[in-house]
Amino acid sequence: MPELKQSPPGVNDFVVKFANVNGTGSASANSLIMKTVFRMGVPVVGKNFFPSNIQGLPTWYEIRVTGEGWIARSGRVDVMVAMNAETYARDIAELSPGGYLIFDSTWPRTALLSRDDVTVLGVPLAQLCTENFDGARARVLMRNIMYAGVLAALLDLDLEVMRALLTESYARKPALVDANMKAIGLGYDYARRQFQCPLPMHVAPLDRTQGHFVMDGNTAAALGCLYAGATVGAWYPITPSTSLMDAFRGFCGRFRVDPETGRHNYMIIQAEDELAAIGAVIGASWNGARAFTPTSGPGISLMNEFLGLAYYAEVPAVIFDVQRVGPSTGMPTRTQQCDLLSCAYASHGDTRHVLLFPANPEECFYMAVQAFDLAERLQTPVFVLLDLDIGMNDWMVPDLKWDDGFEPDRGKVLTEEMLEKTGRFHRYLDVDGDAIPWRTIPGVGEKGAYFTRGSGHNQYGAYTEDSAEYQQVVDRLLRKFRNAAKMVPSAVIEGDGRSSTAVVSLGSCDGAVREALAVLGSRGLRLDYMRVRGFPFGEDVEDFLASHETIFIVEQNRDAQLRSLLTLETAVDKRKLRSILHYSGFPMSSDCIVDAVHSALARGEAA
Amino acid sequence: MSGMTKPKIEHPSLPRNAVGLTRRTYEGGMSTLCAGCGHDSVTAAIVQACFELSLPPHSVAKLSGIGCSSKTTAYFVSGAHGFNGVHGRMPAIAAGASAANRRLKYIGVSGDGDSLSIGLGQLGHAIRRNMDMLYMLENNGVYGLTKGQFSASADFGSRSKKGEPNLHEPIDPVLLALALGATFVARSFSGDKEQLVPLIKAGLSHRGFALLDVLSPCVTFNDHEGSTKSYAYVREHQQTPIATDFVEARREITVSYAEGESLPVELHDGSRVVLRKLDRDYDPSDRAKALAYVQERALRNEHVTGLIYLGEGRTNFHERHQTPEEPLNSLPFSKLSPGSETLGQILRRYR
Repeated sequence: MPELKQSPPGVNDFVVKFANVNGTGSASANSLIMKTVFRMGVPVVGKNFFPSNIQGLPTWYEIRVTGEGWIARSGRVDVMVAMNAETYARDIAELSPGGYLIFDSTWPRTALLSRDDVTVLGVPLAQLCTENFDGARARVLMRNIMYAGVLAALLDLDLEVMRALLTESYARKPALVDANMKAIGLGYDYARRQFQCPLPMHVAPLDRTQGHFVMDGNTAAALGCLYAGATVGAWYPITPSTSLMDAFRGFCGRFRVDPETGRHNYMIIQAEDELAAIGAVIGASWNGARAFTPTSGPGISLMNEFLGLAYYAEVPAVIFDVQRVGPSTGMPTRTQQCDLLSCAYASHGDTRHVLLFPANPEECFYMAVQAFDLAERLQTPVFVLLDLDIGMNDWMVPDLKWDDGFEPDRGKVLTEEMLEKTGRFHRYLDVDGDAIPWRTIPGVGEKGAYFTRGSGHNQYGAYTEDSAEYQQVVDRLLRKFRNAAKMVPSAVIEGDGRSSTAVVSLGSCDGAVREALAVLGSRGLRLDYMRVRGFPFGEDVEDFLASHETIFIVEQNRDAQLRSLLTLETAVDKRKLRSILHYSGFPMSSDCIVDAVHSALARGEAA
Repeated sequence: MSGMTKPKIEHPSLPRNAVGLTRRTYEGGMSTLCAGCGHDSVTAAIVQACFELSLPPHSVAKLSGIGCSSKTTAYFVSGAHGFNGVHGRMPAIAAGASAANRRLKYIGVSGDGDSLSIGLGQLGHAIRRNMDMLYMLENNGVYGLTKGQFSASADFGSRSKKGEPNLHEPIDPVLLALALGATFVARSFSGDKEQLVPLIKAGLSHRGFALLDVLSPCVTFNDHEGSTKSYAYVREHQQTPIATDFVEARREITVSYAEGESLPVELHDGSRVVLRKLDRDYDPSDRAKALAYVQERALRNEHVTGLIYLGEGRTNFHERHQTPEEPLNSLPFSKLSPGSETLGQILRRYR
C-alpha cells in the first residue's frame, strides 16, 4: 500500500478537478459526483472547462466541496483526477501542495512522479475495464465512471446516493444502472484495498442543501421564459446560449402541448442567422406575442441594425446574451462579461438599451420573467446578460417560488373595446405624460391601424423629415429610457455604509467578490459592496458611488466596460474608480480580488 | 414634410364589395414615388385585388423592407397595420408575425435590391418555411433611391442610364423560387393589370408562400434604350404561356372554358384559379418543366409571365409547427404558465 503523505485537513472544504478527453462520457461521471455531494447535504460548486470541440480535445471539470456554502472557485486544486495523458504536465503543475493526484496506472507514467509535495495514487482503470467489460466503447465509458467509485472510497461518498442518482438517470435503461454500479464497485473496492480511505479531505454529510436544487442558468432562464408566457422563440445556434433554447424546447414539450389536440402552444423558429432570429422576435412581439432570442456576442453584433429598429419603432424584444470570450469568434467555450457596452448602445444612431444582470440561475429565472414585463411595459428591447459561467455551469440554487396570482404586464396596449371609447389613436403620442405611448396589436381593427417604421416619424406615427417632429420623438425616447431606471432591479447593497472604500461589481463576479470581502474582513478590512443588477442605473447606484471615496470595480473583461458605463451614465468622478479585471476566460476566484485590493491599499490608494 | 394623406371622400354610387366597402377603403397614403412609376400600378392592383376579395382591412398586415418598392406598403389598405422594417429583412419579421398570429393575411412588398441582394438569404429561407404570405417583388433592375446603380436582377449587358453595361449575370427570382421549392410562383408586369389582379388574388388565397415577381419599370433610372426592364422592352418581350383567372369560392363560375384549354385548381379556401393554356406544352404543376421553360425563354430574351408554378400539396409553416388554430398571441396566460405546483415538480428533477 502506498504511503499517504500528510495533507491539510479539509473535511467538506476542498476542490476536486477532473482532466478528461472531450467526448468520452466524463461529464456523466463528474456530474454524478457533484450531485452525490449535493445530496449528502454539502454545498457544492461545479465548473466545466470545455473546449470548442465535439470529441478529442482536453476538457476539465472542477468540483468545489464547500460546507461553508461559498459560490465561487477557490483557486485551489486538492485532488486531481488526471485522465488525459496529453495534459498531465499542466494538470500536475496545477495541483496545490499537499494534494492528491489520481491517474490510470495501467500504463507507467513516470512524468507524474515529478513533484514530491503531492501524493500520486495509481488505479489501473483501463486494465480493470478490459477484465470486466466487453466492447471498446463500453470500456472507455466505464473507465470514467470507475473513477467515481475510486473517489467514493477516497472522499467517503455515499454509494447508495450514487445508485439512486443512476437509477433516476437511467429510468428507461435499468441495465445501465447495474453496469455503472459494477464499474463504481470495482473502483471503490480497489481504492479501499490499496489506499488509506478516506483521505483527510473528504465529505461528511450535512443538511445545508435542503431547499436547494442544482441547475444551470440557461435552463433557469428558459424556465423563466416558460413561466412568463413566451410563445415564440427564434434563434440561431451559438455556444454558449444553445442550451437555453434546448431547455425551452424541452419544457414546452412537457408543458405546452395541448393534451387533447396535441397542438403546440409555442413556436420555435430556428433562423438562418441572428439577423433573422431577432427579426422574427420583433415581428412576433409587434404582433402581440411574447418572444425572445438567446444568443452570444457574435449574435449581438449581427443583430445591431434590427435592435435599433426595435428601439426607435418601440417594439418589445427580449434578448438573452450568454456572454463568451471575444472579440470576434474569440473563445466560444470560455466566459467573460465583455458585451456590456455593445448591448447598452447596440445599433447606430442614438440608442440606449435596458439591461439586466443576473448573478446566478435563481436571478436568471426571475429576471427572465421580468424582462418580458419590462420589454412590453417600455416597448423596447431588453437584454438579459448572462455569461457562460452562469449559463452553462451547474449551480446550487435556492428553490424558485411562483406566485399563482401573477399577471404578466402586457404594457399599454389598446384593445378593440378601448379603441371604441377613445378618440383618434396616435401611435407615438405621449398621452399620459409617462413617455410611454399606447400601442395596438395588428388585427385589432381599422381604428387602431398604424404604420411601424424605422424611418423618421412624428408623434402621430407619420413619416417625417421635419427637425422638430423628429426631435420630439427621440427626446421622449430619452425620457422613457431614464424612467426605466426606476423599473429595472435595484442594486444589491451590503455593508454598514461606514467604510469609505467599496467594491462594485455585477453578474457572476458576485461569488468571488463575496468571498474576497469575507477574507478581507477577517483581516480587518471592511469594504462596502454594491452589485448592480440593471441598466439604466438608478439613484441607488448614484448615491452609493457618491458616498464612497475609493471604489474597486470588479468585472470580467479587459477594457473595464462596467467602469466605462458607470463613468458615462452616472455623475461619479472617475478618479475614484479602480478596476480589478479578470478576463482569462475562466470563472474568477476570490484571490485576485483580495490581492488587488491589498496591493492598492499598500500603495496608499485608499483609506 | 409630413406624410401626405389622401382625403377619403366616397361617392354614394361607388360600388361596394361583399363586406360593404368601396374600393377607396383599400387605398392608402399618397404615393411619393415618381410619376409613372410601375410600383404605383402594382399598388393599384393590390387595392383592386383586396377590394374584390372583400378582405376586412384589419385582417391584412403589410410588411416591407427598405427601398422604393418597400415604401408602397404605406400606399394601400390604410386600415391595416404596416411594418416597414430594415433592408432585406422583411421575411424575418413576417416569420415572427406569422408565428404570433396565423389568421392575418400577410402581404409582403419588396424589391430586387431588397430581395435579391441584401435580402437574398432571407427570401430563400422564407420560401423554405412556406410561410403563408403573398410576397410581391417589384422588380425594376435598378437602385432608384441611390440614383441608378444596377441591381442583382439587371440582365447581363443591359445598359444603365449613363450607358454603362452590366457586368454580371442576373438572379431571376422565379428560377430561384422554383429551385427552392416555392409552392406558388408567378410573374407579371406592372402595366398588365388584367393579369396582375387575378394573380394577386390567387396568391392571397394560396396556403403557403406565394412569390409574385412583378416587372415594374423605373421611369427615372431604367426606362431607356438598352434597358431590359423598360416599359417598351417588357411589353415587347413579355411571353405568357398561360392565362390566369381567379374565381372566388362564393361566386359561380360564369366563364366557361373549352375542354382541354382550361385547368381549374382549387385552393384551400375553396376558391379556384383557372388557368388557360396559351402554350399547349406548358404544365404549371410540373416544377422541373416550369424551370426548363423559363430558362429556355430567357435565352430568347423573353420574360415568361403568368402563374408559372402552383403546387397546393405541401404543408405550410404552421402545419409543420403543429400550432393551434387559435393564434399564439391570443392564448390565455393560464394555458402558457404552468403554475407553482408544476414548478415544484420540475425542481424535484434537479435535486
